[in-house]
Amino acid sequence: MKAFLILEDGTVFEGTSIGAERDMISEIVFNTSMTGYLEVLTDPSYAGQAVVMTYPLIGNYGITPDMESKKAWPDGYIVRELSRMPSNFRCEGTIQDFLKEQDIPGIAGVDTRALTKILREKGTMNGMITVKEDYNLEEILPKLHAYKVGDVVSRVTCREKYVLDGDGPDVALMDFGAKNNIAKSLNQRGCRVTVYPAHTKAEEILAASPDGIMLSNGPGDPADCTEIIAEIRKLYDSDVPVFAICLGHQLMALATGAKTYKLKYGHRGGNHPVKDLSTGRVYISSQNHGYAVDAESLDSQVAIPAFENVNDGTNEGLSYIGKNIFTVQFHPEACPGPQDSGYLFDRFIQMMGGTK
Amino acid sequence: MPRNKDIKKVLVIGSGPIVIGQAAEFDYAGTQACRSLKEEGIEVVLLNSNPATIMTDKDIADRVYIEPLTVEVVEQLILKEKPDSVLPTLGGQAGLNLAMELEEAGFLKKNHVRLIGTTAETIKKAEDRLEFKATMEKIGEPVAPSLVVESVEEGKAFAEEIGYPVVLRPAYTLGGSGGGIAHNVEELEEILANGLRLSRVGQVLVERCIAGWKEIEYEVMRDSKGNCITVCNMENIDPVGVHTGDSIVVAPSQTLGDKEYQMLRSSALNIISELNITGGCNVQYALHPESFEYCVIEVNPRVSRSSALASKATGYPIAKVAAKIALGYTLDEIQNAVTKKTYASFEPMLDYCVVKLPRLPFDKFISAKRTLTTQMKATGEVMSICNNFEGALMKAIRSLEQHVDSLMSYDFTALSQEEILEKLEIVDDRRIWLIAEAIRKGISYDEIHRITKIDKWFIDKIAILVEMEQALKIRELTPELLKEAKRIEFPDNVIAQLSGKSEQEIHDMRHENGIVAAYKMVDTCAAEFAAETPYYYSVYGSENEVEETSGKKKVLVLGSGPIRIGQGIEFDFCSVHCTWAFAKEGYETIIVNNNPETVSTDFDIADKLYFEPLTPEDVESIVDLEKPDGAVVQFGGQTAIKLTESLMKMGVPILGTSAENVDAAEDRELFDEILAKCAIPRPKGGTVFTAEEAKEVANRLGYPVLVRPSYVLGGQGMQIAISDHDIDEFIGIINRITQDHPILVDKYLQGKEIEVDAVCDGEDILIPGIMEHIERAGIHSGDSISVYPAQSISEVTKRKIEEYTKRLAKALHVIGMINIQFIVCGEDVYVIEVNPRSSRTVPYISKVTGIPIVPLATKVIIGHKIREMGYTPGLQKEADYIAIKMPVFSFEKIRGADVSLGPEMKSTGECLGIASTFNEALYKAFLGAGINLPKYKNMIMTVRDEDKPEAVEIGRRFEALGYRIFATRSTAEALKAGGVKAIPVNKIEQESPNLMDLILGHEIDLVIDTPPQGADHSRDGFVIRRNAIETGVNVLTAMDTARALVTSLENTDIRQLTLIDIAKIE
Repeated sequence: MKAFLILEDGTVFEGTSIGAERDMISEIVFNTSMTGYLEVLTDPSYAGQAVVMTYPLIGNYGITPDMESKKAWPDGYIVRELSRMPSNFRCEGTIQDFLKEQDIPGIAGVDTRALTKILREKGTMNGMITVKEDYNLEEILPKLHAYKVGDVVSRVTCREKYVLDGDGPDVALMDFGAKNNIAKSLNQRGCRVTVYPAHTKAEEILAASPDGIMLSNGPGDPADCTEIIAEIRKLYDSDVPVFAICLGHQLMALATGAKTYKLKYGHRGGNHPVKDLSTGRVYISSQNHGYAVDAESLDSQVAIPAFENVNDGTNEGLSYIGKNIFTVQFHPEACPGPQDSGYLFDRFIQMMGGTK
Repeated sequence: MPRNKDIKKVLVIGSGPIVIGQAAEFDYAGTQACRSLKEEGIEVVLLNSNPATIMTDKDIADRVYIEPLTVEVVEQLILKEKPDSVLPTLGGQAGLNLAMELEEAGFLKKNHVRLIGTTAETIKKAEDRLEFKATMEKIGEPVAPSLVVESVEEGKAFAEEIGYPVVLRPAYTLGGSGGGIAHNVEELEEILANGLRLSRVGQVLVERCIAGWKEIEYEVMRDSKGNCITVCNMENIDPVGVHTGDSIVVAPSQTLGDKEYQMLRSSALNIISELNITGGCNVQYALHPESFEYCVIEVNPRVSRSSALASKATGYPIAKVAAKIALGYTLDEIQNAVTKKTYASFEPMLDYCVVKLPRLPFDKFISAKRTLTTQMKATGEVMSICNNFEGALMKAIRSLEQHVDSLMSYDFTALSQEEILEKLEIVDDRRIWLIAEAIRKGISYDEIHRITKIDKWFIDKIAILVEMEQALKIRELTPELLKEAKRIEFPDNVIAQLSGKSEQEIHDMRHENGIVAAYKMVDTCAAEFAAETPYYYSVYGSENEVEETSGKKKVLVLGSGPIRIGQGIEFDFCSVHCTWAFAKEGYETIIVNNNPETVSTDFDIADKLYFEPLTPEDVESIVDLEKPDGAVVQFGGQTAIKLTESLMKMGVPILGTSAENVDAAEDRELFDEILAKCAIPRPKGGTVFTAEEAKEVANRLGYPVLVRPSYVLGGQGMQIAISDHDIDEFIGIINRITQDHPILVDKYLQGKEIEVDAVCDGEDILIPGIMEHIERAGIHSGDSISVYPAQSISEVTKRKIEEYTKRLAKALHVIGMINIQFIVCGEDVYVIEVNPRSSRTVPYISKVTGIPIVPLATKVIIGHKIREMGYTPGLQKEADYIAIKMPVFSFEKIRGADVSLGPEMKSTGECLGIASTFNEALYKAFLGAGINLPKYKNMIMTVRDEDKPEAVEIGRRFEALGYRIFATRSTAEALKAGGVKAIPVNKIEQESPNLMDLILGHEIDLVIDTPPQGADHSRDGFVIRRNAIETGVNVLTAMDTARALVTSLENTDIRQLTLIDIAKIE
């Protein structure tokens, strides 16, 4: 069946329908990872967005157990080609079936490179996937302009707290849409991880006297999360060590007076170089963010940049003065992407006083 | 870290002659690195024995030495030039081994020269099997259970312990020379004995066989600060067991999930960090297809064939960055030359799929075994880029120029299911075609996978191509079907053939429906950043992104495709220089080529690079888009020449010599007319299509005659026939491939062979020099030792050659390059071949005369005159040096190939000996070619009857040098009659001790075996030559070569070589 991708600027791509056949409107973003499409699909940070994969051959190894959450989150999925026959020793099914089961509308056969160039030049924009051949641009474009991502953190966070047992430090993980591998990375290092829903009050977390607090990644505009930011401020004021990733990093910055801004087209992929400003070492990182912390807005008495993106100089991490707090924009938990910065979890454990 | 200011003068060691396993990729890497060093103001001293390379140009390095790559030469050069540093990681294994020997001997330290890039300690850790294994164990990286052995007995014991099959890998050899898989003790004994002999250190690794696992490679880079990145990973479609150089390779990996991908990536970074590599490195893995278990196969701490492929596949210039790292820069300080926005410290992301196919030489060596093993056999490779795998595979297939353009090109339709299943067990170069037939015959994926171990994902892709063949055969050709066929890159002619239409109809239907190729950019970053670099590949069904450029005149330069015997790196040299010359003249330059190993496909050589097959259809798509003002075909070898007619049809003017005149040189009748008009004699001959006609011509001329197809390169299919029987056989072989053009039968004259390259501007000619072959006519010019200036012809003859060249060039209206081969008998000069194009000898003659022939020819093509460029027309004054070009062969790599020389070319590369005297030049040339005598001073002679008088003379000279000569009965008698002591020895079918025992006894330095003329069916000679080659014995098959060698050996006073900086030759 034919499908169409209509962009806010009026560009229309024709392709073949994949996944669910319903209409979908969302923000269109691109990801440059060559492997890890399943991790991308199940990363809660994509809630409220439709993802374009720039690598043209998707689904080659099918659906494996490598889910980063219980379900797929993107509103839509845009690819050049889906493999008709996956092959891998862990393959449990095809991506075609998966998209259908997960009710994700998508489109294949799109010139994803041309699409990516539009997003790069004009910036991230909204779009629609539809299978209706008689679509009417005049009706659709205003709807696209009007689309807002909204409060997505509430959609993706866990409903109730749960615990991954361990003998090591007690970590409270704030789930703003956490990828599984964050908890797993801590748990594998011995931590006992208590995962809290995003709207848990700081008091409740602190009352459990955790050895450290981990703020997770998550979707949406960080500045929209005003209530959460207020709670994070309280965590900042406590003396509990904090490590934050991605949205968590942005929220901590906002909680301490800095500003965030929307990047033109974001960083989504597994090849971004980040420089550790204390050592000068460069690590290749996994990234997925559309917003960044404005380094100019930092109060140098509060926090100083710890990492920076080698490509565009944007902020990639902060070190908080006089606090046991360390935050990064990129994803040391990888999945998908390079594992080079996994050592940061070890650093967090050191911050908490090491393994018991 | 800024660059180390102590580094001011760097010696770069090249990789020497092209041999199987070490080809043009090192010229590409070396050239890029030298340019990168010069950019930093470093003075570059270059050493390479290969004159056909671009790296040995004076505009690439400051001081250029084309000298033998031996320890003594490097030492002498270091003393002479006093570089402060040596960069050893760009010259392949040859360069690396040399540097290691110097380091180990303490020479570098003593002379205050440092190794830059990767340190000696690191190289040793990576290359020495034991140290490597220990290092891997230390950091917990798994390697297959293995043991380094120094004797066959030791190997047998270990193999018993770990169980057969076992893999054998000799230490310090290139292209896996002497390696293999042994399934039982007999095979082990054979391969191991051979491997021990070939290894520089007499060590062979015996290892658990992991054949059938996925073979995955990572190209990684690291700087002195410890920053590491992965440039690219690659998956070999052929699982472990086939050398990666002979495998079909795809980039990035297709069947690895992120877990597997990152697991191996982390491992690769872990390994280069532990080895402390600074620069580029290749890590090869075997990955178990049903688990996460993996083994590190090997690490190459240098640029390699794979790194060249990775560079071209991603746009990331590994050699350039490696050179900067060697100077002390860190990855985050080096700008990405493609995007100019990002830095070298990022990982390229591909938004397309790359397929590499090996170019195997079985069309040249028809008697050779086609089986692919851990011993590399490919002479070159092609790469293609598309946004789907099927399309990339189809494009790569037709880039091979081996009469293949689809998965139907090798016809296996006659085989039954059972026969196919049986044949699938044998791994050879036609395996994907056989798999296609297996699919057509309904054999299941599971069955194919069970036998071949090829991942089912790839089998399914082959099935998609097979299904399209079926669809085109049975379904109506709708625009939708055509669109889909083009999306997966079916060429028009194949679609036409399957759908029962003409190629023109398909072409028209495409254009009517807007089904045309679009071009996408290779930008290293999957479009995330705007890139400046105009490096393109074609796709169907997409938006074109080639930008309209400048108002400049545009010229299309057609490259020479994959490196093969007969068309090597020389043509890349010509294409690159032609491109540069056009650029200097203000043209916009566009290169089309598909060889990832070459300099011409580097992203900053031309204004635009199209990485595409060189077929008329693929070129036409580019022409439709670019509308060039002209095309140059005379520098890209036969590949480009073959496109002339098609280009004319597309309305593209051929710059330089016109197509009709190119044709006149190839069309026998036209050519005869021209020769008659110019009053130039040629050996009598005729054109034929059938064996009957050929016999008629041959008998009229009288045997021996030369038989060959027209429009071929490197004398392919050329043979000397001495009987009607030979004619039947040779014509049969030639006509196995349908010939569009007639076959030529000429009287064979045994005279001196002379070769000339000249530039003609329509009025005047310029001949840089006359080259004379050491071997008499009958041996292909590419396989002959060539001497400049000619030594044994008279001044009168030289003038005659000059005059004939002038007449011919003018009669053929040559504008640009012409290459003519003559035979001189006494004072008579005959023309035997004219090529109105650049030839194999152009780089060599340019370098030794200091005359930039390609730029001159290019300027002439543009319209300049020889006189106005400051040259006096005619034969130029002879240089003060004698330069001898020595062919180099790779016979030991090709099991079953006959090593005897004849009219068909067999050498893979060449080296140069240049000196002020003939004897020194000859000595250097032999030294450079690795013919290093003597060890035991024992030799074998077995010559044909005609050669016996000469054998006496040569035998006497060897005897005087102290050689013991063993000879077969009749040769021994002849030698004895001539007063040479010869020890008669039994032929191989006779009882022991016989010739074979001698050869296998490892005490023979040299075999001189001249096969009889005509079709040689004596198994004896063949077996002797093969066994000699495989046991590392030098074999000569022409008396002239033997004479040259003995002359060189007689000059024992030449020990201190004089090194010549050819950058100073004006």
